[in-house]
Amino acid sequence: MLLNVTNLDVSYGAVKALHGLSLEVDEGEIVTLIGCNGAGKSTTLRAVSGMLRPRGGSIAFEGQNVTGIASHKLVERGLSHVPEGRGIFANLTVAENLALGAYARKDRQSLADDHERALVLFPRVKERLKQLAGTLSGGEQQMLAIARALLARPKLLLLDEPSLGLAPQLVQLIFSIIREINKQGTTILLVEQNAHMALAVANRAYVLQSGEIIKSGPAKQLLDDPDVKRAYLGA
Amino acid sequence: MADFLQTLIIAITLGSLYALIALGYTMVYGVLKLINFAHSDVVVLGAWLSMTVAVFLLPRIGVTGATWWAGGLVLILAMLLCGAIGFAIERLAYKPIRGAPRLNALITAIGVSLFLQNFGQLQFTLIPNERVVASGALQERGQDPRTIRLAETVSIESEQKYAVRLFKNSAPEGATPQTRNIVAAAGTYEAGRDIAIDGGVGRADTRDARYEIVRIAAGAPLKLPFGAMPAGMPVLFNDRPVWEHVFVSETEHGRLEKPVRITLLDLTIVGTAVALLVGLQILVFNTRVGTAMRAVSYNMETAALMGIPVDRIVSMTFVLGAALAAAAGFLFAVKYTQIQQPAHATWVLLGLKAFVAAVVGGIGNIRGATLGGFLIAFIEQFGAYAGLQVGWANASAYTDVFVFVLLIVVLLVKPTGIFGTTVREKV
Repeated sequence: MLLNVTNLDVSYGAVKALHGLSLEVDEGEIVTLIGCNGAGKSTTLRAVSGMLRPRGGSIAFEGQNVTGIASHKLVERGLSHVPEGRGIFANLTVAENLALGAYARKDRQSLADDHERALVLFPRVKERLKQLAGTLSGGEQQMLAIARALLARPKLLLLDEPSLGLAPQLVQLIFSIIREINKQGTTILLVEQNAHMALAVANRAYVLQSGEIIKSGPAKQLLDDPDVKRAYLGA
Repeated sequence: MADFLQTLIIAITLGSLYALIALGYTMVYGVLKLINFAHSDVVVLGAWLSMTVAVFLLPRIGVTGATWWAGGLVLILAMLLCGAIGFAIERLAYKPIRGAPRLNALITAIGVSLFLQNFGQLQFTLIPNERVVASGALQERGQDPRTIRLAETVSIESEQKYAVRLFKNSAPEGATPQTRNIVAAAGTYEAGRDIAIDGGVGRADTRDARYEIVRIAAGAPLKLPFGAMPAGMPVLFNDRPVWEHVFVSETEHGRLEKPVRITLLDLTIVGTAVALLVGLQILVFNTRVGTAMRAVSYNMETAALMGIPVDRIVSMTFVLGAALAAAAGFLFAVKYTQIQQPAHATWVLLGLKAFVAAVVGGIGNIRGATLGGFLIAFIEQFGAYAGLQVGWANASAYTDVFVFVLLIVVLLVKPTGIFGTTVREKV
């Protein structure tokens, strides 16, 4: 198991955001977390990547306990997180943003290859290397954020709402890229509001409600689940 | 023309020093959104530590006289020492309250500043260079509390050179006396006459007390951690003129000759400062670590997601800022060798004006701080110059006023500063 989250408790002050949440992600999978606003999807990702310190429970990555380890150390271990809102450094150029993605890496040699590979996936990013990242459109920023995360050569990629605020055409494109990245060997934990797209692309899914997992199973199966259909697919 | 050139030389020299200090303010603000009020005190420590190194270390390792590397060595040591101080300040004072509201950090910064000021004052002081010229028992207070009755004759040359110290007879040995300035006009005052002093003497002060009138000589010796030393910074750089020109003008009073010279010392100061300014720009804009610094300043959380060790980058920012402050303090002490005590208004104003430079340039912006430093220096120096040109004889007393007027204007017209962008509140 690549990622094992057990009984995770997270609070914001007095407000409990997650209680006793458990989930797992196997190598090579695309796993998605779906749920309403405020269900705790982003919180889960933030706890896994070390941005939040959980009150209780444990997180294991590659069989090792990584609970409470700082974000920047998890990146070195192969866990990258593309945060909600993309987390682009608008004051830096596109090239500088990409360079930061590889900040923790020491293998300069293969970095150049990865750089090429990442840019093949995102030709529009490649055209704008010298531009300030803040001048990119929303879709381009999302692509830059994903390309940047790939340069850390993650084993597990956490994606938070990659389709947020994008035109439908771009959403299609982003999801096909996600599939491609997974095909090239990166495991993905995806948080999405767009449950339709998420379930279509994922192998397995968890449904979150008020900080708890209320349903889980193969994505195909959940697509046909009547409760899920009613609550999240608008059918 | 001569005055203009002279003003230009001073403005460039001062501007480079303001810029060095302003960078420390702006870099720390950039990464932590904190106004580090303790920054100006690091400048002071830089000046005094470099003096300590110059006086006590250089002779022990056999370096004497004005060789360029004596100065270089002192500079580097002062930068290293202050870098360490900057590191300690961040780790001990600011890091523990990183997540707290901004106001807490601001108050902490003021606390650190007060601590450094008082600590500096204990370690580094001017020993008053004074000689007792008259003394006697203090009479019961007479009609006017702003006088004391003299027990012996004293002659006053200039009121600025004298002070009156009041001692309680019952006070323990070595207790600090009360000090009053003399405001009587120059002249000889015979025993039994009253002499006017500043502030006066309270009734309680006059009982069982004696007074001393002391003459204060210029060039006070300094107390440093390893002992006392003669006044001022030792000569570390050659002060030989490299360019000299005598401007001759005909006035109604006859021929007027005004020499203008640029000395090697001026060039050394500006050269060192500019080299450091350029070095920092390269570090911030052209290196991996600099890119990480800019990323941390934009968004600390996301920077950590890139694998950037945020704490280390923040520490480094403090170390860099403090090292630049030390360099500025050192260069300032080399230029104005009559160094002042750590809490003196000279230092406070130096730090404050550099802060104004950072705000005017757009706080958080590195290029802004550099430009702001020079802008401030030009405004204050050329403000005075222009004032003198139009016949305002007292204009050079108003240099600080020009600077703060500029600050007010900038805050009114473009509150974010010249290079500043609109403040982006994080959600």
